Amino acid sequence: MHVLVCGGTGCKASQSHEIVENLKSALVENGLQDEVQVITTGCFGFCEKGPIVKMMPDNTFYTQVKPEDARTIVEEHIIKGRKVTNLLYTDPETNEHVSDSKHMGFYKKQVRIALRNCGFIDPENIEEFISRDGYAALGKCLTELKPEDVIQEIKLSGLRGRGGGGFPTGLKWEIASKNHADQKYVVCNADEGDPGAFMDRSIMEGDPHTIVEAMAICGYAIGATKGLVYIRAEYPLAIERLQIAIKQAREYGLLGTNILGSGFDFDIELRYGAGAFVCGEETALIHSMEGKRGEPTFKPPFPAVSGYLGKPTNVNNVETFANIPVIINRGADWFNKIGTEKSKGTKVFALAGQINNVGLIEVPMGITLREVIYEIGGGIKDGKEFKAVQTGGPSGGCLTTKHLDTPIDYDNLIAAGSMMGSGGMVVMDETSCMVSIAKFYLEFTCEESCGKCSPCRIGNKRLCEMLTKISKGNGTMEDLYELRNLAAVIKDTALCGLGQTSPNPVLSTLDNFWDEYVEHVVDKKCRAGVCKSLMRYEIDQSKCVGCTACARNCPVNAIKGEKKMPHTIDTEVCIKCGACIERCKFGAISIK
Amino acid sequence: MVKLTIDNKLVEVAEGTTILKAARQAGINIPTLCYFELDGMKFENKPGGCRVCVVEVEGRKNLAPACATDVMEGMVVHTHSARVVNARKTVVELILSDHPNDCLQCSKSGDCELQTLAQKLGIREIPFKGEQSTYKKDSTLSIERDMDKCVMCRRCETMCNSIQSVGALSAVNRGFEAVVSPAFEQALADSSCINCGQCVQVCPVGALTLVDNVGDVMKAIADPKKTVVVQTAPAVRVALGEEFGMEPGSIVTGKMAAALRRLGFDYVFDTDWSADLTIMEEGTELLGRIGKVLGGDTSVKLPIFTSCCPGWVSFYEKNFPDMLEYPSTAKSPQQMFGAVAKNYWAEKLGIKREDMVVVSIMPCLAKKYEAARDEFKVNGNPDVDFSLSTRELAHMIKQCNLNLTEMPDEDFDSPLGESTGAAVIFGATGGVMEAAVRTAYEVFTKKPLENINFLALRGVDGVKTATVDFAGTPINVAVVYGLNNARAIMEEVRNGNPRQFHAVEVMACPGGCIGGAGQPYHHGDSGIIRKRMDAIYREDEGKPIRKSHENPSVIAIYEEYFGEPCGHKSHELLHTHYFDRSKKVEKE
Repeated sequence: MHVLVCGGTGCKASQSHEIVENLKSALVENGLQDEVQVITTGCFGFCEKGPIVKMMPDNTFYTQVKPEDARTIVEEHIIKGRKVTNLLYTDPETNEHVSDSKHMGFYKKQVRIALRNCGFIDPENIEEFISRDGYAALGKCLTELKPEDVIQEIKLSGLRGRGGGGFPTGLKWEIASKNHADQKYVVCNADEGDPGAFMDRSIMEGDPHTIVEAMAICGYAIGATKGLVYIRAEYPLAIERLQIAIKQAREYGLLGTNILGSGFDFDIELRYGAGAFVCGEETALIHSMEGKRGEPTFKPPFPAVSGYLGKPTNVNNVETFANIPVIINRGADWFNKIGTEKSKGTKVFALAGQINNVGLIEVPMGITLREVIYEIGGGIKDGKEFKAVQTGGPSGGCLTTKHLDTPIDYDNLIAAGSMMGSGGMVVMDETSCMVSIAKFYLEFTCEESCGKCSPCRIGNKRLCEMLTKISKGNGTMEDLYELRNLAAVIKDTALCGLGQTSPNPVLSTLDNFWDEYVEHVVDKKCRAGVCKSLMRYEIDQSKCVGCTACARNCPVNAIKGEKKMPHTIDTEVCIKCGACIERCKFGAISIK
Repeated sequence: MVKLTIDNKLVEVAEGTTILKAARQAGINIPTLCYFELDGMKFENKPGGCRVCVVEVEGRKNLAPACATDVMEGMVVHTHSARVVNARKTVVELILSDHPNDCLQCSKSGDCELQTLAQKLGIREIPFKGEQSTYKKDSTLSIERDMDKCVMCRRCETMCNSIQSVGALSAVNRGFEAVVSPAFEQALADSSCINCGQCVQVCPVGALTLVDNVGDVMKAIADPKKTVVVQTAPAVRVALGEEFGMEPGSIVTGKMAAALRRLGFDYVFDTDWSADLTIMEEGTELLGRIGKVLGGDTSVKLPIFTSCCPGWVSFYEKNFPDMLEYPSTAKSPQQMFGAVAKNYWAEKLGIKREDMVVVSIMPCLAKKYEAARDEFKVNGNPDVDFSLSTRELAHMIKQCNLNLTEMPDEDFDSPLGESTGAAVIFGATGGVMEAAVRTAYEVFTKKPLENINFLALRGVDGVKTATVDFAGTPINVAVVYGLNNARAIMEEVRNGNPRQFHAVEVMACPGGCIGGAGQPYHHGDSGIIRKRMDAIYREDEGKPIRKSHENPSVIAIYEEYFGEPCGHKSHELLHTHYFDRSKKVEKE
């Protein structure tokens, strides 16, 4: 029997390591330490309900486990064979306990390829990886396939870059393979920077060997002997696990010289990024690795021609690499049956926002937003109304109810005014103000712009200032037209992917929520009640009894009135802190 | 060859040509801002950052930067479609929205590429209002930085790093706060900057400008107690005319002397005179070192490096402190002149050195720094009080309502105004070496030189080498400009001097002093530098005497005052020593 305990960053933060300790000591106390193994795994994805403990082989899925529950699990589940019902997941619709994760809404529609090992194996143990076909793909490549066959297989699979661009991976490899040089490089882009996205981190934490294996396969295919992982220094656990994986792979002869007796040499080094978002752009990433300022340069030349230190370099994202061993093992024909015509396979999304099941999911391309939000995500929190979903991270756009039944793939998302990006998916309900959302993302891109090209450096700043003006109630209709023009020009003229997509949140909200913008500008109203400057506190004269509680608690003395007489708020002085509403026992104060 | 269509015009250009160059070949001028090229001089800045040169390429989803996009067969390009013009205007409006609107007072007004661009695009108002960047003003003795005006074209950075390998300037911070600055935003004077000023020469706007000393000079002239002596460098006479609308390469030596006299200078002398003096000293030093080495003395170092260029002097003091015994100890012509003026000439006039003000007119900004170096002062009084650039002289002439083009041709005053063709060519890369060889050959071989034109040492190449036969003794010389080229040679010499160089001329600026940072802005037209270079050699050809050691007034001063080259008196006044300034670099 195995007890799998999530050791991903989220669950670790919720004391999952103490659960492991407590499980182990409870097992020792009961003399079961040789019968039951406790394994710390990577992320299960269902972060909303973490920490997760999963019992194998019966698949019982315990959620929100606390360290003190460990003893109960051992005594009840393991010894007495009784499920600990209060730790089981409760289906919000049926209100029934679901013990097997396969039957949970969150997992039912998921197809896990990139995340196949996350939550199943101990990421720090190469043997566990090998037991799940680990390094079989590398072995197959080195012994049965020529480099061009490997490339052909990846091309046939239809795999496209999962980092955001969606460039066909096989084609990328082919270009790099055809550029001859004394040294080539394979780079794994692990500079995951979209706010809220953590699929790359989870893969590296939960299944680091898959990256090692895939990079070696790529090196074999394109003729590179050196691999570099560009990883953010803010991912200490992922770094640690990758380091362990690299060390183990070297010990097993799966990295180094003459791998598996094939004559192929390959090794991997880690390079740490300092957390600049733009360094996820491949040319900026390469400059950063070279010790230069992390800013993009114009392509061409593409890295496949002139990359790291001027040598042909193939850059792929973590999730892209995670698909490679499966494609080699199961074949391109198996892989390309999953997904849509132009987007094959699966995509990992980080589901966040006002949704019940926050977490990491992997779904086949072509699934609809409705399925993701309502079936996997379990619908909107607190029964509120769905308003929008923001996909593609800070460079993506906001989609609305009219897009709910659009099959998700690279091309459909772009056509809808958003993008796949690295797979962020933030769900919003009626309490979200779309002007503020656009402003939030713009603030992020302003902060993260490298400042090299004028449209991104100054243009995004101006967009952000215009949005601030609108959210403060000082906007005009002219501003809205200028906002659209400027956003379109930035998209049309910026140097790199960051600048070219940074206006997407503005353009998509202008397209889908024009009325809301007009309301801010003309009616000076924020229907979601988010834009503070547009709020007005009012005392209903008929309800106010003149108890003076509000006036006494107003920090700026904005409320005036005689005792036992209805009070009034001087809106000029009011700072909209809300203290008066909290104190009023008569429901006389409201926000207009 | 690649065929494409630009603005409905069929164009055929070589593969690898950019859209920008293809358009220019077809007579279509796409506006640019950050793009900068010195054709044939290996300087190219095309970060693709400003996005002013964007054009529409059919079938492409976004606009393409013409400067950085290569042509492709069958490409259809529109350089002024409504989409392009709107984008281009918006981009320039954005740049202007983060730029101080102080054109009227800006020293770059009239020479500003952003101003020209805004005019060309017909920008009449800036629709974007918002925060403006503000930075602390910063200044060295030569260069002023007002980064509020920086447009992040990065030309200065490319120049400072790729061409000069000085590494003082680079982009710092991100997003709206991104700006070009020394590391950690320290003061430029505390950085590895060597004051060559090439950043100023390429800056499209008024972010990097020179330290203006015109006011100081006007004040000195107005002071009746002061005797104001002026000296003019060789490169100034072939460029000053450009500031008055004359063709590049116009020689205005006589008009310049006349204008200087009308400005009120008491003595109008010539740095060319002290350039001849420099050759006497440096040539003698070279021959002395060669003689010693041939005699088996290993204590002296070869090659000898020229020491006329103050940017270069500062560069090796900061970067090669272990090699300070290589450069010639001869002072630069500016400083030799200053020393002679404040000693010999002041004595002749019977005035105290404090009552004499020596002004130099230089193509250079580093000369301002050089003039202020402590070792060139006596009791705090500098040998050269003020160094004005060619551009400052032009402003001064205009300020005083003079028109250079209408000036008569006048001669320099005597005796410090007489010079040879060898001195004039100091202004172009290779000139110092050629002048030195003309003299050293005759002194060494005691035979007259048959052909005094050393063509192998001329031209705009950044690195030139030649072997000159000194009657059986091969002398290997190298001529470089651009401090990156100099760095490579220094490293080569440090690693054993495999090419056995005896003498190396180094100038910091492209093409030598004619391309100096104090010269009229060339705006990336290397043709202007070439024309100045041609003019330099025309001036040389036109001189009756073309070898420094035949300059009668130089001969006379040795007889009357110095005795012999590299003698006791000349060591006192005409030679200097160098300092290890590397610690400052390390600290940074």
